[in-house]
Amino acid sequence: MESDIENRPTAQAKGLLPIDIERIKADFPILDQKIGDHQLVYLDNAASTQKPRVVINAILEFYRKYNANIHRGLHYLSEKATAMYEHTREHTASFIGGVQPKEVIFTGGTTGAINLVAYTWGEENISEGDEIVISEMEHHANLVPWVILAKKKNAVLKRIPVTPDGYLDLTNIDTIITQKTKLLAVTHMSNVLGTINPVEALAKKAHAVGAVVLIDGAQAAPHMPIDVKAIDADFYCLSAHKMLGPTGVGVLYGKAELLDAMPPFNLGGEMIREVRFDKVTWADLPNKFEGGTPNIADVVAFDSALHYLEELGMDNIRQHEMDLTAYTLDQLSAIPGLEIQGPRNSNQRGGAISFTDSDIHPHDISTFLDSKGIAIRAGHHCAQPLMKIMGKVATARASLYIYNNEQDVDALVKALGEMRRYFGL
Amino acid sequence: MSGSLDDMYRDIILDHYKAPRGKKPIEEANIASDGHNPACGDELELKVSVDGSTVRDVHINCKGCAISVASSSMLAEQIKGKPLEEVKGLAEQVRKMLKGENVQLPEDTDDLDALKGVRNFPVRIKCALLAWVTLLEGIKTFEKGTGESKTINLEETD
Repeated sequence: MESDIENRPTAQAKGLLPIDIERIKADFPILDQKIGDHQLVYLDNAASTQKPRVVINAILEFYRKYNANIHRGLHYLSEKATAMYEHTREHTASFIGGVQPKEVIFTGGTTGAINLVAYTWGEENISEGDEIVISEMEHHANLVPWVILAKKKNAVLKRIPVTPDGYLDLTNIDTIITQKTKLLAVTHMSNVLGTINPVEALAKKAHAVGAVVLIDGAQAAPHMPIDVKAIDADFYCLSAHKMLGPTGVGVLYGKAELLDAMPPFNLGGEMIREVRFDKVTWADLPNKFEGGTPNIADVVAFDSALHYLEELGMDNIRQHEMDLTAYTLDQLSAIPGLEIQGPRNSNQRGGAISFTDSDIHPHDISTFLDSKGIAIRAGHHCAQPLMKIMGKVATARASLYIYNNEQDVDALVKALGEMRRYFGL
Repeated sequence: MSGSLDDMYRDIILDHYKAPRGKKPIEEANIASDGHNPACGDELELKVSVDGSTVRDVHINCKGCAISVASSSMLAEQIKGKPLEEVKGLAEQVRKMLKGENVQLPEDTDDLDALKGVRNFPVRIKCALLAWVTLLEGIKTFEKGTGESKTINLEETD
């Protein structure tokens, strides 16, 4: 029987398939509920995605059958838990493009991963007068650590501007990335504009001047095939909870030679080789960066999320979201008073779609939609500098995923029409 | 959602939102105070002219959501012509009400009761609070006679 399962062609192996959304929806217990009188329509996926039954069950099963601390235990449960935890590491390594498992560090999330780099690599490698290049569309997670590091080291923070239609403005990129650039830290996909950035080309430019490249993949990794080797990223960060996995798990991918040279971050158990009162030596990768008991159960369950995504095929997921994004942009464009942010071409963007109404504040939009069972997000989306550049105090954002279909978008569009009447417009 | 939509967006709230009072600029102001709610991006500019110990005129310009606009419009309507002491007491009462305390508002301020609806929408309480805490800050500075009020930043006034 086992060989049958192994030989079963995955969606990916069969090529691009139309995704059966109704079947997928049925895999997510939380989606089958009413909010007040209305069927839940979940469009807040850029903030966090829902979990399929296999992920929920994996957490349950771990605590029921395998729970123990990992790595040092000399008993069955500890060995089993260790194997499961390390299996997810191997799986993650293959998921992001076939890197070495020891190059995959588990963190609490993307924020934790970026901070790890800022406080270790950044501390050791950034000095006075060095330049750190970011973009104007960064999430605070890939902005605040660099603002603080630059201040502390008297380094210079330089920005790649954003065009009015939501792309990175690369016109003057050769004056932004210079011989002084030590780090390029840029998002793969904007959480506000949906823009997919040309990270490969940017990495090439940065490497040409000897800079290190960190990519914030929190929004990209859930929605498209990721190959960190093709990008030639030195660091790539992502969050499990934005890709069907549990909260509290993030990934820092780093090239082995960089990670090896970096000092550890969390000092304590698990990350040491030998401890004496006068001297401590560090463990090898990846343990050096995983001091303390990690989030074992959730890392183990993340494996099931990766399986689920692979079963659908990342190419299929990307295709589905491109189609649905194009449909959504089309439908939203027809609503009077609505202004859509970000690229209009669904080939160059993901399904996080920010919009504003000429008269109604995003928080009122969100509250109204909530009364119709529709979950979106409203606010500055942890990108206050970008909001300022866009000339907005806040936006409303609907963000799509694999369990969303045209009916969900239609429900949003219908409610937005009713909203204007409700507020007397 | 823990409250119904119409609980929050009562007719009277929507009425104030669509036609905010106190928009007209005033010539002289003894009290000037700004409010900001960074989480929402709401911004509010408040000017009050005081004649002796009575509020003569109010100008309030609020850029924000329906709740913050309506709340500031109600403030403008309520305080005009009232003694400063009474205004101060009212602002304190409204603040307590929004924070969940049982308060008895003066009879002629019934409209303000409509703001109670936001208490079921925890993230929106600050929206309703903004105008009132900005006013209290303005009055405080006026009474001390120390010139300019600091900008109220709602993150710091919990």
